[in-house]
Amino acid sequence: MQRLSCIFWLGLKEMMSLRRDWVMMALLVWSFTLAPVMEATGVSNSVNNASIAFADEDGSTLSRSLASAFFPPEFQPVAEIAPGTGAEMMDAGLFLFVVAVPPGFEKDVRAGRSPEIQVLIDATAMEQAGIGANYIINILNAEIRRFAIGANLLNPPPIDIIVRSAFNPNRDTVRFAGIVALIGQIMWLTTILTGAAMIREREHGTIEHLLAMPLTPFDIAVAKIWANAAVVLVATALSLSFVMQGFLGISIAGSKVLFLFGTALFLFTATALGVFLATIARSMAQFALLVMLTVLPMLMLSGGETPIEGQPGWLQIGTSILPSRHYMSASQSIIFKGAGIETVWAEFVWMACLGAILLATSLLLFRRSVAQES
Amino acid sequence: MSAEAGSSRFCINGVTHRYRQHVALDNLSLDLPTGQLIGLIGPDGVGKSTLLGLITGAKKLQSGNIDVLGGSIDSRAHRHRVCPAIAYMPQGLGRNLYAELSVRENLEFFSRLFGQGQQEREIRIPALLSATGLAPFSDRLMGKLSGGMKQKLGLCCALIHDPKLLVLDEPTTGIDPLSRRQFWALIHAVREETPGLSILVSTAYMEEAEQFDFIVAMDAGRVIFHGSPAELKGEARDLETSYRQLQAQGEPRFVPNKAPMHHQGADPVITARGLTRRFGDFTAVDGVKFSIRRGEIFGFLGSNGCGKSTTMKMLTGLLPASEGEALLFGRPVDARDLRMRREIGYMSQAFSLYGELTVQQNLQLHARIFAIKNRVERIDELAERFGLTAHMDTLATALPLGIKQRLSLAVAVIHQPRVLILDEPTSGVDPEARDSFWALLIELSRDDDVTIFVSTHFMTEAERCDRVSFMHAGRVLAEGTPDELIAAAQADSLEEAFIAVLEAAETPAPVAAPDVSVDAVYPGAAGSIGRILAYARRETIEVLRDRVRLAFAFLGSVILMLVFCYGITLDIEDLDFAVLDLSQGPESRDYIAEISGSRYFNPTGPLASSEDGRERLAKGDISLVVELPPDFGRKLRAGEPTEVLAIVDGAIPFKGETIEGYVAGLHSSFLEVMARQSGEHPVEIARIEPRFRYNQSFESIAAMAPAMPAILLIMLPAVLMAVSVAREKELGTITNFYATPTTRLEFLVGKQIPYIAIAFVNFLLLAAMTIFIFGVPLKGNPVPLAIGAFLYVWATTSYGLLIATMTSSQVAATFATAIASVVPTIQFSGLLQPVSTLEGGAQAIGSLWPSSYFLHLNVGAFTKGLGWNALAPDLLALACFGPALTVIAALLLRAQEK
Repeated sequence: MQRLSCIFWLGLKEMMSLRRDWVMMALLVWSFTLAPVMEATGVSNSVNNASIAFADEDGSTLSRSLASAFFPPEFQPVAEIAPGTGAEMMDAGLFLFVVAVPPGFEKDVRAGRSPEIQVLIDATAMEQAGIGANYIINILNAEIRRFAIGANLLNPPPIDIIVRSAFNPNRDTVRFAGIVALIGQIMWLTTILTGAAMIREREHGTIEHLLAMPLTPFDIAVAKIWANAAVVLVATALSLSFVMQGFLGISIAGSKVLFLFGTALFLFTATALGVFLATIARSMAQFALLVMLTVLPMLMLSGGETPIEGQPGWLQIGTSILPSRHYMSASQSIIFKGAGIETVWAEFVWMACLGAILLATSLLLFRRSVAQES
Repeated sequence: MSAEAGSSRFCINGVTHRYRQHVALDNLSLDLPTGQLIGLIGPDGVGKSTLLGLITGAKKLQSGNIDVLGGSIDSRAHRHRVCPAIAYMPQGLGRNLYAELSVRENLEFFSRLFGQGQQEREIRIPALLSATGLAPFSDRLMGKLSGGMKQKLGLCCALIHDPKLLVLDEPTTGIDPLSRRQFWALIHAVREETPGLSILVSTAYMEEAEQFDFIVAMDAGRVIFHGSPAELKGEARDLETSYRQLQAQGEPRFVPNKAPMHHQGADPVITARGLTRRFGDFTAVDGVKFSIRRGEIFGFLGSNGCGKSTTMKMLTGLLPASEGEALLFGRPVDARDLRMRREIGYMSQAFSLYGELTVQQNLQLHARIFAIKNRVERIDELAERFGLTAHMDTLATALPLGIKQRLSLAVAVIHQPRVLILDEPTSGVDPEARDSFWALLIELSRDDDVTIFVSTHFMTEAERCDRVSFMHAGRVLAEGTPDELIAAAQADSLEEAFIAVLEAAETPAPVAAPDVSVDAVYPGAAGSIGRILAYARRETIEVLRDRVRLAFAFLGSVILMLVFCYGITLDIEDLDFAVLDLSQGPESRDYIAEISGSRYFNPTGPLASSEDGRERLAKGDISLVVELPPDFGRKLRAGEPTEVLAIVDGAIPFKGETIEGYVAGLHSSFLEVMARQSGEHPVEIARIEPRFRYNQSFESIAAMAPAMPAILLIMLPAVLMAVSVAREKELGTITNFYATPTTRLEFLVGKQIPYIAIAFVNFLLLAAMTIFIFGVPLKGNPVPLAIGAFLYVWATTSYGLLIATMTSSQVAATFATAIASVVPTIQFSGLLQPVSTLEGGAQAIGSLWPSSYFLHLNVGAFTKGLGWNALAPDLLALACFGPALTVIAALLLRAQEK
């Protein structure tokens, strides 16, 4: 009982200290407001404002109708270029896509000679190139087909395909990017706050002061963990309501409470990581460098930035022990797909187990490091 | 120049210096003679260090004027001219020295800064080392030296260039009396050797002031006396007394009035037997033994780093002993015994309360932790007794040092412990506050029967203890009451006694005036280049010796490259999908086979209903549902139009769009096959031929691997660079830049060179990884690529310098640089979104950002096979960034401390 009360009061002390540390407060505010907004609205990874040029050697009705089938916002206005200059302009980085229509294209179509259109794609622009190429081929195909059906060259297709985008009918990228950014900030900030609080205590010599009192290293670490986790949890809830839903207009399909519960489970892991890094770093600067080397990979491999299916098989097995991956997956199910506890419980159990193991390990290490140093 | 300047005086005229609200120097005017040993006396915080910093030109004058060596120190030209004639040793043990460098390397660095050549160094350094007795330690790292040796090394570094003015800021604070005496002997020897040398020294030890030619006594930013020691002393018993009389509040000196102890011969409360502590192969405490009786004040006297703190930590249970035992109330000290901690109050060396909490909050927190019953009453009582009532709502950090110490003591006794362990509780506190602190200690000991174990390096405090133990280099050399110790050593004072004991324990290092008269000058590399190389050489040694920074420098990029390339691959295959086949005919099975046969999709168990599909999508088990209507086969056979429904998991937009593309492709290839089977003329009325340029197989690794160096080579080098500059600011070694002839550009470029080299090696590592691990061949010309990479890392390290000039701590530098380098690179350089697709403002920023050009260059050289002609514009653009950013950083860097 007395120990719980100590942990509680030490945690409150932690919050008072944080309130007066304006660097950390600025980082906290930035992380939960501007940073995710910038990320959400900045880069979209679908086709957007792509640069496209036509080298039209035909100049027929059909070739002109092909060129006029590309609109903003997906594409920039089509540029007309001289035949044969496409490759050169692509080298200079002027266009991502160049469509070359051969001479006599419409005549050949009418004669059933199956002429060929070339689409040059700058494959170094990975995300845009793959999706954009599909887009362009589909648009060109549809346009040619429409022409062919109109000119009685072709029967309508026997099977039509209707594609529906579940959970995100309007292919809204802001929602996805916003939530992923928020989750990323949760990871960064929790680790930094907890670790920095540990190191500050050590650098100011107050940790010895605490240890000379009836407190164990465990009490000290737990106080920091609950206080910083609570701060991040509240910031997450506020950011979700006011920044995500309010400012960015993101809709949340599932239960916010469930998401916050999952976040709370994840925070065990993130705080444990902070404690762990703080025990191996000898100074705040080393800690900052270590954070960059650990949190960044955890975030990149969590399935938020790019789909898990894109990782090589061996890596997918490896990343399944990353709590960040389970958190990302559960959060996406809850927020985008409206999943309930019956769907995400397995991810929650994973997070709880991995978090508990990490936390126990780092507390053990922390105790040992306290005993060794000074 | 400085020869004729030697005759003039130091004129300080109307100098006022403020730190925010605090006035450090208050309209101070003073005229000082040259060629003399001038002492600045007064406790901490009266403005001594500020005045010395201003005289050397390390600090920038805010108002007033100071003439030094024949000109105003505020004039940049004069400063540059006389800088080589001034040597400055700032406050703090070895504060301007480099802990990761050896003794000799430190000296070599300073020698190079002053443009001395190899031959001259060979004469000067051995002379200085042997004169100070440091010669046997020339290969030891500065950080591992004792306090006294650090100060000797500091003096050597200051003397290496034969200065005309030597400025020493509290050179003897915190070192043992023997080292102190040796230090002064050295100073006097140097004076004899170099007539005309002016020495300005500040000190907090009043007893040292007797030997000065001229004394300046300061209080609260003003000079309260200047003249000879004899004049200051006047009628008074000693200098400390006369100083007190000069202070505005001048109260008579507190004379400790110790009542005899109550418990002569009582059982010992604290006992140490053969207490030993080793750190690796270093023995910090060696077989210490003593016993302290109830109600006794037991003093530990010794220099910094002699093992006092370590011993105290072992007694509190903070540190386990390597050997021997420590007993408290007859029970062994046990770190896990929380009840025992309730009996101890501990005050650690530095002020260790929470500066960001108020006095009230600090007391409250500790009262809660000790679960004190009458919390409010106890806090009120302590506040009254320790004189804190007026400060209850002040932040602890804003308190004057003396009150901070009283608060620390109040916190240490809040739970009414029977034992108090105080580790140098009064260091840095002025004599006045020290007296009132000791009055409290004596009260606690005599009235409350508290046993007090206190360490100090002040002799006057040691005299007030019941018993004292002399400690040196981890061993207790002597123990007894002050009178016994003085008598045993046949000395006049406790200090004499300590020195006698020290001399008996170890042969003192020989002290002589260093014979550094160098007849001819052997210049080294021409001034500017020489200094740049001196900084570069020193920085290289430091980085190589800091394991975390070194690992970050080389492993960081390798790890992140692997993570990014494997983690961001966009080739999605083997996606799970499920089918709701309501038709169950051969046609529908053919259609499904088309999908499951592709490398993109894996079939999973068939669906029972549309809801089932929706549920499994939500769960994330599958990414695609294909629904075939009941009349699919019938309509197809009848030639009627029918339709297929594909539901794609669109939660992740990129993944959703990719799947849609796959499905559309498979659908049309099914139609084609069907048409061919029915013998119809080709459905394809025109063929559309996609050509993926530069990367035919369209593997994302081929696009990703050459793009990643653009971000890695800005983030890591910029962060390392910024940390290295912020580190100098934080540790104080930047003083060497302020106080030596180094210009801003020399300092920055010198520090930059090793990081450009490290970053370039990183580039080579990343290029090798791209070729050998990720299998992306280098198709273009490697020469322009290498040149471009060099220009790029020059630019990115300069960017780190730029940010470092605006931040003051290492942490702020790390995070600010990381954010300020990663965000623009990702947003505007074309890493994720090609520059040609950016709009308006974003495109403009992109064109002003070096990463855009390097990205184009690296990707161009690797996958596009571009050569000189195509890469020339990128090289030209990159060549502008490095010099421009370095110059801007130099303009923003302060050449003097504020």
